[in-house]
Amino acid sequence: MTDLDDLYQDLILDHTRRPRNFHKMPDATSMADGHNRLCGDKLRLYVKVIGGVIQDVAFEGDGCSISKASASMMTEAMKGKTVAEAEALYEKFHTVLTGPPDETPDVPELGKLAAFSGVRKFPVRVKCATLAWHTLSAALKNQGEPVSTE
Amino acid sequence: MAPLTPVAERPQTASPSFDVERLRADFPILHRPVHGRPLIYLDNAATTQKPRAVIDTIKRYYEQENSNIHRGVYTLSQEATAAYEGAREKVRGFINAADTKEIIFTRGTTESINLVASSFGRSRFKPGDEIVITGMEHHSNIVPWQLICEQTGAVLRVVPFNDRGELLMDQFEKLLTPRTRLVGVVHVSNSLGTVNPVRQIIQMAHEHGAVALVDGAQWVAHGKTDVRSLDADFYAFSGHKLFGPTGIGVLFGKKALLEAMPPYQGGGDMISSVTFEKTTYNDLPHKFEAGTPHISGGIGLGAAIDYLQDVGLDAIGNYERDLLAYATARLTEIPGLRLVGTAAQKASVLSFVLEHIHPHDIGQALDARGIAVRTGHHCCQPVMDRFRIPATARASLAFYNKTTEVDALADGIRGAIKMFA
Repeated sequence: MTDLDDLYQDLILDHTRRPRNFHKMPDATSMADGHNRLCGDKLRLYVKVIGGVIQDVAFEGDGCSISKASASMMTEAMKGKTVAEAEALYEKFHTVLTGPPDETPDVPELGKLAAFSGVRKFPVRVKCATLAWHTLSAALKNQGEPVSTE
Repeated sequence: MAPLTPVAERPQTASPSFDVERLRADFPILHRPVHGRPLIYLDNAATTQKPRAVIDTIKRYYEQENSNIHRGVYTLSQEATAAYEGAREKVRGFINAADTKEIIFTRGTTESINLVASSFGRSRFKPGDEIVITGMEHHSNIVPWQLICEQTGAVLRVVPFNDRGELLMDQFEKLLTPRTRLVGVVHVSNSLGTVNPVRQIIQMAHEHGAVALVDGAQWVAHGKTDVRSLDADFYAFSGHKLFGPTGIGVLFGKKALLEAMPPYQGGGDMISSVTFEKTTYNDLPHKFEAGTPHISGGIGLGAAIDYLQDVGLDAIGNYERDLLAYATARLTEIPGLRLVGTAAQKASVLSFVLEHIHPHDIGQALDARGIAVRTGHHCCQPVMDRFRIPATARASLAFYNKTTEVDALADGIRGAIKMFA
């Protein structure tokens, strides 16, 4: 069962049971919907960007634990980042998810997000883990315009 | 949630001579490990495993007989043709069709339905004509009709079902009008397991002057199929769900209907003569089989049918009925588990959801124990929408599954619940 424990680390299970920033945001400056068609993960992402800085980010939706925990941890990591820093963080997160399964990723700026390295052994779940990030990226590009994305 | 039921007993099988262990020995893949554990394959609605007899037949075809068919005067070609056409005759017998002209080989159920929609539909449907299907159809028996409606101006009507997953037959009757041209219905729902009253539905269609097409993909492996007894106009199924290879399927169509239908795909073998001025078409069934077919697929399907008839479809049906009852009891004992699809008549399929755990995570946790179930919308998004759920986890049984595997599934589900609690 160790591979499964690598995937569902305690931190991830915690964020599944108690997702952070899991609510609507009526004063969001932008919103986007994300849908993982293969397994039915759906979420709506709200973001408030003022002066190029992410002031607040929240999400709602229904999905598997990987998608929910990833969204939850992402919202924590994104508050206070600039839009450019957010994009850079997405790229770093991607390296955590992909790459040789037996290597530990060395990306200290990701902090807790490194818990998702277990996804490397389960490539089918990469799309679950990146859904919120992909959706945030869309929301940041379309300030003031809600957009649907894969 | 279902009321508490007493702990399930091992089923008293109607045919105690059904030796599931001996049958399992015929299936090489059932003996491979997954994550260091025995494979427990419970995704038979997605595809079935293959007995040694089918694998060997396909292997022998490529080692001894491989050749293009219907064309050559040489020995190999004669042998391959005989094997392929022999398989067609086996299919005819398997579903009790009257004539091999009524057996069209296709790529699968999806292609079979597309063939009817395209060939029968496009040539006949007029604006305002009605096509009736049900709310529990697989996408393959929805989308082809939507495409044809767009092209011809016909309209789609959908029969609803109740919370147990049973069609509302009085609503069905109301939806049939003098404008109804075709009724499409799934024999067994791949997401709910419901066995629909297809004989009755076909009769209702005929009373209203409509033809009836049955999606038999999930039925044919679980009981006898008799297209004449059903009086089906079209019956479609897939080889790979019948312990045969992928890439091969069957469309049965009544001869008179097929004869009146224009070709589906054009090319070699479906023609009689070709000039740039005029082309004439071949007789049935070849009119609907353009190009070199999946020869090894057809022959493999024939071998699968032989195997099944040796085992006996009645014996299979009885064994699976008991196994399904056992599995239903074991699963409904689990607190927090809700079965989706609880019709009075069911076959093979147990779809379920767990409180607070997404089906995707259920599937992942079960995989760690070597258990293969399917999670998602099962190509039945309307069914998921009807129950307001994103997806289910689905275990689907075949005659090589056994009660100990069901026990392992139940244990695995309880383990997943603990992990995510």
